[in-house]
Amino acid sequence: MDFKSSVELLELCRQTQCPISEVMRRRECELGETTRDQVDHRMAKVLEIMRASAALPLKKPSKSMGGLIGGESKKLYDHAARGKAICGDILQRAMTYAMGVAEVNASMGLIVAAPTAGSAGIVPGLLLALQDCYKISDDRLVDALFNAGAVGYLAMRNATVAGAVGGCQAEVGVAAAMAASATVELMGGTPEQCMDAGSTVLMNLLGLVCDPVGGLVEYPCQNRNAAGVANALIAAELSLSGVKQLIPFDEMLETMYAVGRRIPIELRETALGGCAATPSACARCGGCG
Amino acid sequence: MAFISVFDVLGPNMIGPSSSHTAGAAAISFLARKMIAPPIVKVEFTLYGSFAKTYQGHGTDRALLGGLMGFETDDTRIRSSFQIAQDRGLDYRFTPCTTETEVHPNTVDIRMENAAGQTMVVRGESLGGGKVRIVRINGVEVDFTGAYSTVIVVQQDKPGVVAHITKVLSDNGVNIAFMRLFREAKGHTAYTIVESDGRLPEGVDVPLRNNPNVQDVMLLEP
Repeated sequence: MDFKSSVELLELCRQTQCPISEVMRRRECELGETTRDQVDHRMAKVLEIMRASAALPLKKPSKSMGGLIGGESKKLYDHAARGKAICGDILQRAMTYAMGVAEVNASMGLIVAAPTAGSAGIVPGLLLALQDCYKISDDRLVDALFNAGAVGYLAMRNATVAGAVGGCQAEVGVAAAMAASATVELMGGTPEQCMDAGSTVLMNLLGLVCDPVGGLVEYPCQNRNAAGVANALIAAELSLSGVKQLIPFDEMLETMYAVGRRIPIELRETALGGCAATPSACARCGGCG
Repeated sequence: MAFISVFDVLGPNMIGPSSSHTAGAAAISFLARKMIAPPIVKVEFTLYGSFAKTYQGHGTDRALLGGLMGFETDDTRIRSSFQIAQDRGLDYRFTPCTTETEVHPNTVDIRMENAAGQTMVVRGESLGGGKVRIVRINGVEVDFTGAYSTVIVVQQDKPGVVAHITKVLSDNGVNIAFMRLFREAKGHTAYTIVESDGRLPEGVDVPLRNNPNVQDVMLLEP
């Protein structure tokens, strides 16, 4: 069982009457020559690391290696605890977790690249927030991770997830598409609605450049993890409400890749343009001296 | 196209902040350490390209040193690897090289010295997503990833050595996935690198050494 596009994936879902997560799990067992128990066990380990990395900065905020970030997740948490949060429960929690995972990553903690280290907060951020608010079981969260994995696999296979190749839209964009699709499945949407949500995210983040200050995975990367969960949530809500998208996922993925290759080299992880080249960033970095 | 696993998407499980500059760096030296008899007492890392520019902020230095001490990419000891190396009496040094630019952007030379006084220089490249490859051993261009069980035979470039290697491997039931010969020049030192799907049989290096033109044999398990 394998698929090369979302069209083929959706066809497999129809044939087997299975959600995307189950098709992806069967593919993994078959092509990875392993068993259902083994892949579920391994994914449970992924979830465990994700959860620990989201929780750690609330207990123990830490400064990043480059010193540009640290403590943001705790600030968000305390702000909400004072009853001052304006984003609503899910988004507030999701952005707190997402920025926390980014902080752990930037301070040399243990994370799961999802699909990259720079975008590692988005998938766990949104899924763990949904678990908090809707009392979702770990088993269903593992299912959601397989769904997210299917979307990320299509991006790796047919486009790119490297900021140096396709800009931030390929990292945060794809991570948010993964989170959106997983959310739709978790909240009872159809496989078609999952892929529509993925398409929406790629559309809304199309063209986002990769411009890390000092060349480090810290700033604006951490902020964009928060932007990623917000975009994923918007896309999932649209899809679940019945709004359909004109442009299917495969076409948006191809477009994202084509746009990515046309992004100038200064805006693809080289720290030569965008946020990295602003006077304030240069004053802080001092890397060119 | 190679199989993309769901754990290539949701993974690697790694110490941050960068799959190429941190996880990949640890993976390169984790591989390199298997290529010299332990214990390693001294190591010098020469960093090129983007590694040379951002190695401190990405923890590339800690990851390289941690990998050399046997820490895998998800080992939380990586963050403390300077202290651990000092405690173990491992002498280490990092030298950024910004003059040589005709290399892959994330390249490192690792010069290792063991207690017996043997030295080994390995060049590795971090390719992104935690994937790596070794491209040079003691000045000879090679190419392997360590993803497979790997046999490295250091030999004099003479007729019959490759036949000897394949015969020994065949006698020991090793199924060869890839096999390549790399050499400095005709008649000089050459490296035969064999990659195999399954685990290598215990002690297969003994019969491989049993040839006058074979200088050394290394077995690397993933």
